[in-house]
Amino acid sequence: MGGITYKRGREPHGKEHRVIFRNIDREGWDPGIETYLKDGGYDQLKKALGMERAAITEEVKKSGLRGRGGAGFPCGVKWTFIPPNNTKPVYLICNADESEPGTFKDRYILHQDPHQLIEGMTIACFAVGAKLAYIYIREEFPEAAKIVEKAIAEAHAKGFLGKNIQGSGFDLEIYVHRGAGAYICGEETGLIESLEGKRPYPRIKPPYFPAAMGLYLCPTIVNNVETLCHVKHIIGMGGEEYAKTGTKNNTGTRILCVSGDVQKPGYFEVEVGKVTMGEVINDLCGGLKPGRELKAVIPGGSSAKVLRADEIYTVGRGDDARKLTIWDIPMDFDTMAACGSMAGSGGVIVMDDSRSMSWVLNNLNNFYAHESCGQCTPCREGSLWMKKITDRVVAGKASPSDIDTLYGVAKNIDGRTICAFGEACSWPTESFVEKFRDELIGDTKPELEGAIVNAETLTAAASL
Amino acid sequence: MSEVKPDLVDVQIDGVWHQFPKGTRLIEACRQVGAEVPHYCYHPKLTSPGNCRMCLVETGMPPRPMPGAEPPQPDESGHLPISWIPRPVIACANTVAPNMGVRTTGPITEECRKGVMEFLLANHPLDCPICDQAGECTLQEYSVEHGKGESRFREKKVKKPKNVDVGPRVRLDDERCVMCSRCIRFTDEIADDPVLGFTDRGSHTVLTVYPGRELANNYSLNTVDICPVGALTSNDFRFQMRVWFMRETNTIDVNCATGCNVTVYSRQNKIYRVVPRQNNDVNSDWMPDSHRLNFHWIDSDARLTDPMVKENGKHRVATWSEALAKTAEKLAPLSGSEIAVIASARMTNEELFLVNRLVKQIGAGHVEIVPRMGEADGYLISADRNPNTNGVKLVLGLANPGSGLDRVKSGIEEGRIKAVLCLQENLVEDGGFSPELLGKLDFLLATYPLANPTTGLADVVLPGACWAEKSGTMINVTGRLQRLNKAVDGPGQTLEPWEIVRDLIQALGGGNGIYSVTEIFKQLAAEVAAFKGLSWGQIGDLGLPLIETGETIPALEREKQRKAAGLIVG
Repeated sequence: MGGITYKRGREPHGKEHRVIFRNIDREGWDPGIETYLKDGGYDQLKKALGMERAAITEEVKKSGLRGRGGAGFPCGVKWTFIPPNNTKPVYLICNADESEPGTFKDRYILHQDPHQLIEGMTIACFAVGAKLAYIYIREEFPEAAKIVEKAIAEAHAKGFLGKNIQGSGFDLEIYVHRGAGAYICGEETGLIESLEGKRPYPRIKPPYFPAAMGLYLCPTIVNNVETLCHVKHIIGMGGEEYAKTGTKNNTGTRILCVSGDVQKPGYFEVEVGKVTMGEVINDLCGGLKPGRELKAVIPGGSSAKVLRADEIYTVGRGDDARKLTIWDIPMDFDTMAACGSMAGSGGVIVMDDSRSMSWVLNNLNNFYAHESCGQCTPCREGSLWMKKITDRVVAGKASPSDIDTLYGVAKNIDGRTICAFGEACSWPTESFVEKFRDELIGDTKPELEGAIVNAETLTAAASL
Repeated sequence: MSEVKPDLVDVQIDGVWHQFPKGTRLIEACRQVGAEVPHYCYHPKLTSPGNCRMCLVETGMPPRPMPGAEPPQPDESGHLPISWIPRPVIACANTVAPNMGVRTTGPITEECRKGVMEFLLANHPLDCPICDQAGECTLQEYSVEHGKGESRFREKKVKKPKNVDVGPRVRLDDERCVMCSRCIRFTDEIADDPVLGFTDRGSHTVLTVYPGRELANNYSLNTVDICPVGALTSNDFRFQMRVWFMRETNTIDVNCATGCNVTVYSRQNKIYRVVPRQNNDVNSDWMPDSHRLNFHWIDSDARLTDPMVKENGKHRVATWSEALAKTAEKLAPLSGSEIAVIASARMTNEELFLVNRLVKQIGAGHVEIVPRMGEADGYLISADRNPNTNGVKLVLGLANPGSGLDRVKSGIEEGRIKAVLCLQENLVEDGGFSPELLGKLDFLLATYPLANPTTGLADVVLPGACWAEKSGTMINVTGRLQRLNKAVDGPGQTLEPWEIVRDLIQALGGGNGIYSVTEIFKQLAAEVAAFKGLSWGQIGDLGLPLIETGETIPALEREKQRKAAGLIVG
């Protein structure tokens, strides 16, 4: 990072590897196109426009880039799902509905480096043959929408968008679409419905796989903001070179958003798998708060299963099997999955021993009960039910068997819903009960077993 | 592998191998082999949103070998082994695949159903004792078959709007709603009037009607039929009768030439409701509100209950034999050319067959029907508001029914026609005959279910049964022969029109030994070419195509297109 200086107090940590966040908090940087161009902006687009379309996808495949939105699906593979005999228009949508609690990376790209996104997106659109693309920005980012719209206008004026981009014959228009404040709009088919002007009810898959039947039932690629930014750098470095960063099958860099009980919460771009949880907490974040001990970590956004601090995790199989403490877990997709959670959106939520797990779970359940779209039965009814049970646990009005019910409700949601929200809302409950069962039960009262717990039922019982 | 036709795939359902055409939805495949999969949101005539999750089933596919590993070998039946997938799938939207396995029973499937049932009942008001849907509610039925028997829900239930007027004929209880969205899809996809939708989200989701709009289209009551629970109820039927007390009679609607298949629900000779009955060649699953609600007059005070004869300008109650004898006496001095018979295209083929015989017997110079033309609605309502105009053409032999009505009028005007036998018609109000004109007649006989201006003028009035009180066959707009079945008895001394015509034939001198509609149908089948070889039983509950008319039913045509596009199962 030669020659780049950062604002005081915002300097990257030595263990960071800034690619996407290279210009975030950079001294003398602004989101305008002149600044971007002076820094070599849109060079990769010019390079890409001179390549074969299939070759771009090939580079992205070689790079091993996995989606940074949460699911970690290989980006290049996703692009190839567009039916080869397709005759309909192809759309590309940038998912800037960053709503996963604990995640705050895309907003910095939108606010401070919008042209990086536009450049990555334009390359991606050229690769998949999209002439119309949308950036779906969540309602809660009003400034971001203004900044990105301005950036689009600037790119237009400079011939990086619009008709015949840089004389290549490629046309592209990008539009900003603003959400209306619903978590479910981050689910790609929910987002597509919303973009079509409907309630964001996720679609069933099959048949509505976006790459074949997406926006207006045309092939549609939905990629996260960070993912699309990576595309620019993959073209810059070449896929193989890119794949040398990070670790095998977990290539590149990714931005970790650390929140919770650490000294210096914030965002940190690291090579995937090259730093451990311990390094994240102790080095990047300056350690836990004084006198506190680590209790648990949610490693990939609020939907990820919680990891308990004192647990030993076994990863790998057979001869490769090794035992890890929570401190040793490398921050990558595969290890995190092997530990029973997920790297998800990169939102790392750290909890120390001052935290009541009942309260934490109730907080999460409140969020999911509020955000369930209500389309399909298990999630609609289950998310509120789980919230109501943990409301009682926190209020000291629950009995030990309520914890079993809570777990049973989560299990009845998991794997039975239209979209991944079912897992998103049930995994926290499942993992908290599995890992902190004793603590949750400790917050319940055995004497309330079988007791009537709400006024409504009391009234009904009294009139019997 | 066993003999596989190119477009068929082998699927194992509950351990037994079957073959289904490619593209068959799992839920339909299972139903075809008797393994009914419970569901709320799925409806074969609507798109499948897959939202209720009640139809989750366990499925499996042949195992995919690791690279280099031995591929799985077929067993002696020629099928590959099935590797069962722990994640259940919805049977409503997934289609069959070669060598697929489906389990509609077993721990995974059963646990899913129990879970969904518990969820659906968690915030349900459980007000079955006062719910109109009780007895025909899928929540109740599936609770028995797939429920847990008890709920773990100890929380406060969500409160939602109740007793909401969503339209003039439909009422909504949001707390009972299971949010299957069938009504929303119906109004959007079938009725082209998308006024219903969901607002709010999560467990607080409410079905609602668009602000300032109402569910007022003429097909609104179909939403009540397809609502699997008691969320949408009919203003007309609610709180009138518990459904399990009612008798169901399969018959057809007679309000237009479409002849929607219906079920009449009655108890102790009173009709409580009429609902559409599925017939994919006629009305699909639907019918217009205006037609289904047109039954309350059947037990009105205006019904004729006894034969009457006019003496000194006043009607008095008479016996059937008296009334028939008077008719015979009045007709005796007249020649055939002085008599006109006005039958009705609301009569069955059997009735028309006897009318034809009557016409021949008395040598009547004129025979006509009263036409009823309106505007087709582009869905199920035909422009021809008579249900059996095709029967009139075929059985009564009128090439152009209704065209001779003016000649009858001028015949009366000019004194050439001296008597009219008006069978099941209302000449004054529907036929354009003025009371003054009818006053010129020497003799007017009128049969009808209700007292009307024509019966008021008639010398002999005979109470004829209405459509719900008689049996017979009719031919609809597309040429389909359909059966009308008697649901209730007519009031008092009412007779079915075929009995009246038979008795008239007898009174006018011709004896015959017809005692049932089926006997008439036998004679009809023997005498009228189009009916040749048909038997009453053969017609069945769904009718059969009899003649080509070249006419189509618009709602059905659109349904065929949606089916061809793969949007619906059909």
